[in-house]
Amino acid sequence: MVDNKQQWKAWLYLAPAIVLLLLFTVWPIINTVRMAFLEGYGNLSSLNADKTFEFGIENFEKVVKYKKFTTCLKNTCLLCVLTVPISTLLALVIAVCLNSIKPFSRLLQTIYFLPYVTNSIAIGMVFASMFNIIGGADISKAVSIGIVNNVIEFFGGERIAWISTGSSYSANIAVMVIYIVWNALPFKILILLGGLQSVNKQYYDAAKIDGTSKWRVFWRITVPLLSPMIAYVLITGFIGGFKEYTATVGVFGEKMGPADDPGRLNTMVGFIYKQLEGDHQGLASAASLILFGIILVITLINLKISSKKVQY
Amino acid sequence: MRVKLENLTRIFPNRNKGGDDVVAVNNFTYEIPDGKLVGLLGPSGCGKSTSLYMICGLQKPTSGKIYFGDEDVTDLAPEHRGVGLVFQNYALYPHMTVKQNILFPLQNLKGEDKLDKDTMLERAYEVARLVQIDELMDRKPAELSGGQQQRVAIARALVKMPRVLLLDEPLSNLDARLRLQTREEIKKIQQSTGITTVFVTHDQEEAMSISDSIVVMKLGVVQQTGAPQDVYDNPINLFVAKFLGTPPINVFDGEVKDGALYIGEDKVLATPNVKDQKVYVGIRPEGFIPAEKGALHCSLQNVEVMGRDVSIVSTNKALSSQSANKVIRSIVDADTKIDRNAKEVAFNIKPNKIFLFNKKTEERIIVGK
Repeated sequence: MVDNKQQWKAWLYLAPAIVLLLLFTVWPIINTVRMAFLEGYGNLSSLNADKTFEFGIENFEKVVKYKKFTTCLKNTCLLCVLTVPISTLLALVIAVCLNSIKPFSRLLQTIYFLPYVTNSIAIGMVFASMFNIIGGADISKAVSIGIVNNVIEFFGGERIAWISTGSSYSANIAVMVIYIVWNALPFKILILLGGLQSVNKQYYDAAKIDGTSKWRVFWRITVPLLSPMIAYVLITGFIGGFKEYTATVGVFGEKMGPADDPGRLNTMVGFIYKQLEGDHQGLASAASLILFGIILVITLINLKISSKKVQY
Repeated sequence: MRVKLENLTRIFPNRNKGGDDVVAVNNFTYEIPDGKLVGLLGPSGCGKSTSLYMICGLQKPTSGKIYFGDEDVTDLAPEHRGVGLVFQNYALYPHMTVKQNILFPLQNLKGEDKLDKDTMLERAYEVARLVQIDELMDRKPAELSGGQQQRVAIARALVKMPRVLLLDEPLSNLDARLRLQTREEIKKIQQSTGITTVFVTHDQEEAMSISDSIVVMKLGVVQQTGAPQDVYDNPINLFVAKFLGTPPINVFDGEVKDGALYIGEDKVLATPNVKDQKVYVGIRPEGFIPAEKGALHCSLQNVEVMGRDVSIVSTNKALSSQSANKVIRSIVDADTKIDRNAKEVAFNIKPNKIFLFNKKTEERIIVGK
């Protein structure tokens, strides 16, 4: 142990980090909890010295009853449930394929990693332009129908309003899922590929001598040996998924939905931002705590399951 | 199953432009008789592991043929050869229990060979009993000792009843005591199953102790093959003589002149039929007989008592730089009386423990009677 004379030195060295953490992490957390339980709290209105806020759970009640909030919750959960498994499975398949390709493996790895270092709003705008229909509400007379519809029509299909006025909710979600999966792939591929490359090649030699089929090698050897990485990717995927926000902004812009139904694709974090804009810090804090609770529960469940499935 | 290797060659192309290709195995021809245990022996980089991997099919020979019995298996995939391989680090699947590990090869069988669950379990337990791990079937590899993991690896290789069992450095990951025990067990298992077995090792003691015959290799070229004792007693060249035996053979710079062998000034051995020339002289540690009027005079350095026998450490100016040690180590019976305080010790040399080698080619020179 550090003796007493030395202790103040230790604290001194730690001080910058501690001060910053207290100021920008610990205090905001405490303050969030405080604001969440002050009824109708708002930063602007709190400047008024005469105004007092009563302690209570009214913020939570309000948030839960808010129709916009339930929409956001539904969107977030739906996107999470759809994108996390799809992107993880796809990343696993791509990582295994990348790992088995010898020529150009470095180049391919770089290409697959590029989306990770690209601004997600920029990517969202590209996606939006690929799916967007420009030129009038009547879809049949549109000037530009986007590259995806071009492809669909080329193969004899009918153009679909993906994200523009008159688009359906399922079409919106489809675009969101494609965008989020595409955006989430690089990081997952990177992690899984790293895991694959650290797997001892002799396991595969042993399997080869025993005449193991490729399918069995994948499910009985590769996946179990990768299970720690898969669990990591799943858990961080769910956490990130519940905090999804930029995807909606990227594809739909600030309206968070098609022009005729703004807010339709809003997410939990989007809801919190909206409340902050409207000086409803109390509601925003309450929503944050609910989101925190959901992520906590999901993560605990994930850990519980993975401690059984992650085999070594 | 008789295994025949015919002009087996494996060349690894050099990665750097203009560099020479590496010939890992050069023109290896050998026949392993049915049901025998053969040790491939040599220092690292001698091509012994490459040979093993070619026999099991994980590596393709650049040229040459491999036969199992009369069947040419050179172009056969590993899984169709019917071989079991025990890896140096065992390569047990860490996420499976011992039972699952042993069952794994059986579950891969397809078509006619497919077994029902009970037969598989029966076979797994049978082979587990053979290597004495039937009590550990529900453990994971990480919960086993090195020796136990080794046995699981052998069980996994044996369970599908391979035609040939291959072991890559089977004892190198075990501690000294376990190594002794395990090598005996490998021999026992091999004898009770009667499976033709090839194993690779750099440890000559290991190879000598359990092999029916050994193949000594150096830089991809087979130096000598034969029963361990024959190779030890009749090394074909200086390399083989130096590689076999602990403590290693003592090598001197000597000279043959006028029908006798001289080490320094000492006339050690009569050598009729040998031309006058400078030679390397190899003398096995057990080839020295201390005698008051012995032929070879050495300066006594130390006498190490080892209980069963005594090791005399001495020096001689004629000791060659080819010798593994800077001193002469001779092993004599514990009953031999040696004056520890003497400055000099003289030895007579047992004629069957002394070998002459050509100074240039390092080939053996046979001394006529």
